Amino acid sequence: MEKFSTHTGVAAPLRRSNVDTDQIIPAEYLKRVTRTGFEDGLFAGWRKDPEFVLNQPAYAGATVLVAGPDFGTGSSREHAVWALQNYGFAVVISPRFGDIFRSNSGKAGLLAAQVEEKTVQKIWDLIEAQPGTTVTVDLVARTVVAGEGIDRVEDSFDIDGYTRWRLLEGLDDIGLTLSHEDAISTYESSRPSFKPVTM
Amino acid sequence: MVVEERAVGKTLAQKVWEEHVVRRADGEPDLLFIDLHLIHEVTSPQAFDGLRLAGRAVRRPDLTLATEDHNIPTTDLDKPIADPVSRTQVETLRRNCAEFGVRLHPMGDIEQGIVHVVGPQLGLTQPGMTIVCGDSHTSTHGAFGALAFGIGTSEVEHVLATQTLPQATPKTMAVDVVGELPEGSTAKDLILTLIAQETTGGGQGYIVEYRGEAVRSLSMESRMTVCNMSIEWGAKAGMIAPDETTFAYLQGRPNAPKGADWDAAVEHWRSLATDDDAEFDKVVTIDASTVTPFVTWGTNPGQGVPLSAVVPSPDDFDDPSEKIAAQRALDYMGLTAGTPMRDIPVDTVFIGSCTNGRMEDLRTAARWIEGRTVADDTRLLVVPGSVRVRLQAEEEGLDVVFKEAGAEWRGAGCSMCLGMNPDQLMPGERSASTSNRNFEGRQGKGGRTHLVSPEVAVATAVLGHLASPADLAHA
Repeated sequence: MEKFSTHTGVAAPLRRSNVDTDQIIPAEYLKRVTRTGFEDGLFAGWRKDPEFVLNQPAYAGATVLVAGPDFGTGSSREHAVWALQNYGFAVVISPRFGDIFRSNSGKAGLLAAQVEEKTVQKIWDLIEAQPGTTVTVDLVARTVVAGEGIDRVEDSFDIDGYTRWRLLEGLDDIGLTLSHEDAISTYESSRPSFKPVTM
Repeated sequence: MVVEERAVGKTLAQKVWEEHVVRRADGEPDLLFIDLHLIHEVTSPQAFDGLRLAGRAVRRPDLTLATEDHNIPTTDLDKPIADPVSRTQVETLRRNCAEFGVRLHPMGDIEQGIVHVVGPQLGLTQPGMTIVCGDSHTSTHGAFGALAFGIGTSEVEHVLATQTLPQATPKTMAVDVVGELPEGSTAKDLILTLIAQETTGGGQGYIVEYRGEAVRSLSMESRMTVCNMSIEWGAKAGMIAPDETTFAYLQGRPNAPKGADWDAAVEHWRSLATDDDAEFDKVVTIDASTVTPFVTWGTNPGQGVPLSAVVPSPDDFDDPSEKIAAQRALDYMGLTAGTPMRDIPVDTVFIGSCTNGRMEDLRTAARWIEGRTVADDTRLLVVPGSVRVRLQAEEEGLDVVFKEAGAEWRGAGCSMCLGMNPDQLMPGERSASTSNRNFEGRQGKGGRTHLVSPEVAVATAVLGHLASPADLAHA
């Protein structure tokens, strides 16, 4: 995983709440056996609408998605994170994320930045009034900054400390865990005999 | 002076959690041991690829089980899967399981079925275990007092490689279900009512424990229906304390403990119940005695009302984002505010899925449809959750009852719960579905889903509009 410290990019407003992972990528697009190529399925149900935010030239090349509350609820499909990344997004900002989506983001290197709902409202208002406005998300300082001058919106964001550290260092979870292999073996040797096995 | 020490009790979730901590360190999530890792074809291929790239093995194939469910067709089971992309995904699972030594129940195998139906019926799902799967409805297994939750593909790879998962400690919540469910109200109505009460984000960050007499009196299969939908209100996991109902269900199943192991296991399982002096971070209450047949009208599982109510108006909601969401949902669903729910005509009825695709669900449906017929402009799909369920139902003659009523009796799989296999809604088609998600396009692009219990499903199939068995008497 690449290290993540700070990211600046055009922000796209997704003025919807409860964007579940079926909306992020419908099931019919989950059949690939690779980690790439999922951008085709991103928001597939909405992409045909010319008014949809990602079809508006003003937000072309957006890398920061600013979404309403309960983004990424529902299915555990990590394909939702890959689809966002494959499309070009590096950061999603929302007042509340689905648990599994947030966890998947941390593993795959997509930054899920949780901010207060009123901050999302302010960023929406700004990037809709001035499309193409960039947002800077600083993982070191845990801040989100949108726009400049008197319109500038700045706030801190929440992310759990361990995920932040892993993203900053670009660390592989499995490698970290395997460095504690002795602890796993010790645990395994003390498991009760009544626990089931599959073979 | 002796100061009396007051021991602080633990919740069921805390006890199971503590028993699985492999490593605990300041500033880090706990490293939890995983007792059972369930796998299916959709969320595992990239995980196995990751193992290959890193030259890693599956650490505990003996704690891993794979089945094929999401992609597989429920008709023409003797033929290869027609969709080449689906076929590739299923074949990839077969290759991966062969290469890494994982037990697999493929199409055609007697133990094949939906992963969350297979685990419990084999007796692999037991109280006090940690169970994960790359599937959000893993919460189903919490019905046994297991700590069970869905994970993403990166975590699937992590569990394959290490049999552990780093996990930040969630908060705990008690759902106190007071009163008794009235006659005609079901576990599905209870959980749909709760989700509407708490909204889709209400459980976020919590492991919830469903408690109270109404829960205790539910069968194991009904408990699975309740826990299955924990994720639909955002909970990390849903649990029910193991009791005599749990033990009776488990005893004698192929992978349940036997002999002295059984006695030791039961003794341990009894100790898992939440202590009287344990404290939850949050407690919510729901009065079961007020629960009536409940259906969704919108595009998330929290957008539901009693069957006796009308389609709500966006003006009914104070919260601005809920107001907008309600309007969007009405537009997508093609509904007009104020329409009685019972007046909504339905094209397709689906009985099945990991929520309601077990024996009890099929028996209930068969009982209500026997001697009746499916309405002219409606089709009814009955899809058993596993091959074992299908065979048992056929032994009881339920397949004949369904077919005589004009329903389609299918092979086992996820089927119309999600649009990944041939069983899908057409754009604009409306369903009453015993599954778990009414998201836009969930059952097929442009499809409109109403989540319902098996009882409501079968009455709807007979009458052609949303209905409950009570309506059949008047028909």
